[in-house]
Amino acid sequence: MPKWFTPAAILCGLMFVISPVLIARAPDESSMGMVYKIYYYHMPSAWMFLLAPLVCGVSSALFLARGRAEDDRRAWSAAELTVLFGALTLITGPLWARRAWGTWWVWDARLTSSLVGWMIGWAYLILRRYGGPGSDKLAAGVALFGAVNVPFIFISVNYWRTIHPPTTVVPKLPVDMGVPLWFCVFAFLLLFVLLMTMRLRLEEARTRLDALYVALDE
Amino acid sequence: MSGVPGATPFARSVWLILRKDLTVEVRSREIAYTTLFFAASCVLIFAFALVREGRAPEGGAAGILWIAVLFAGTLALGRAFERERQSETLRALLLSPMPRPAIYLGKLLGIVALLAGTELVLVPLVVLLFSARLFAHPFWLLGIVITATVGIAAVGTLFAAMLVRARSRDVLLPVLLYPVVVPVIIAGVQGTAALLQPVFEPALVRFWLLLLVTFDIVFVVLALWTFEAVMSD
Repeated sequence: MPKWFTPAAILCGLMFVISPVLIARAPDESSMGMVYKIYYYHMPSAWMFLLAPLVCGVSSALFLARGRAEDDRRAWSAAELTVLFGALTLITGPLWARRAWGTWWVWDARLTSSLVGWMIGWAYLILRRYGGPGSDKLAAGVALFGAVNVPFIFISVNYWRTIHPPTTVVPKLPVDMGVPLWFCVFAFLLLFVLLMTMRLRLEEARTRLDALYVALDE
Repeated sequence: MSGVPGATPFARSVWLILRKDLTVEVRSREIAYTTLFFAASCVLIFAFALVREGRAPEGGAAGILWIAVLFAGTLALGRAFERERQSETLRALLLSPMPRPAIYLGKLLGIVALLAGTELVLVPLVVLLFSARLFAHPFWLLGIVITATVGIAAVGTLFAAMLVRARSRDVLLPVLLYPVVVPVIIAGVQGTAALLQPVFEPALVRFWLLLLVTFDIVFVVLALWTFEAVMSD
């Protein structure tokens, strides 16, 4: 592991320990009361859920263009993070929606396109697992379509009539709500980077092991 | 090379691929018949499942039409490329001096032609079985049907071609295709449902049609680039 990994991991752990305190101290929202507070975890995981397919798509495009194995490894790791952060987003969202909107799920553009993005992440992983030889390039093709979906998820709330809050909410937050939010965003970002680093290292080790097996056979 | 006189070499290549696929299909009629029968069976199953007391659920016709097209399209895509896999003819195509995008476009037009043929029977069938007034605005219907079909086929042709050499390709095609084309299906269903509204709103249909055109452009451009990169060895 790189030298910065352990201190960064400790910092990340501390941030996740402190975050509930900050969230508890943040003021209640005028119409939803304290129910809205899951938002401090929902939105950062949703941002990571948008970041992961972008990393996956760009790495896949680079892999298709240059054919380097490290781009492919990064794409694969990012696809797994897409599924992970997608799951967090899709679990925390309905928990909030149940209390705020009175329903677990609505079929609006933001929720539907998020679900589609999550499913494309799963499709990528299924292809990697069961596609057999050559599935790395095929999966890269799928990842490009997954990345195209991201801007659509992002802008969907601003163009369609929906009950999901628009993207303009974030810059308008008062300071006592904004500070815990950005704290959580950085905690999730750090978690993203740490998980990505760990996953990449695992894949590199696997590649080296495969190369050793091949060398042993020859 | 034979083909349309005066056409560019690229357009001639596209035409040659399209003509080859259509010739093979006209001789065997395998995909056309199986796809059509499958699509009609789908519509019938939905009719049995959803029609209550002789009446279809409101707006159900639009959804049923597009589910049938998507399912039948998956079947057609699988067969069209299975044909190329036997005796390795896809490899022969890729070894030919034709540009890769021309091969993709030729295959895409072949699939679109097949699906359009299926829809020629499917749409009247849905109109008949679900008393859907789809033909009230024929030009809007034509626009929605063509753009949504191109959207499904653009992604489907790419994925089916990619999967030709993959293990368990029959299962993987719908697994990869359906999440990606969900937006096209949504726009297709909503656009068709807008045609069935008691009070016709052209602005609403135009909105879904424009969205479909956007999806078509994005998907075809992305697929052209990906096809070239993925089918390189």
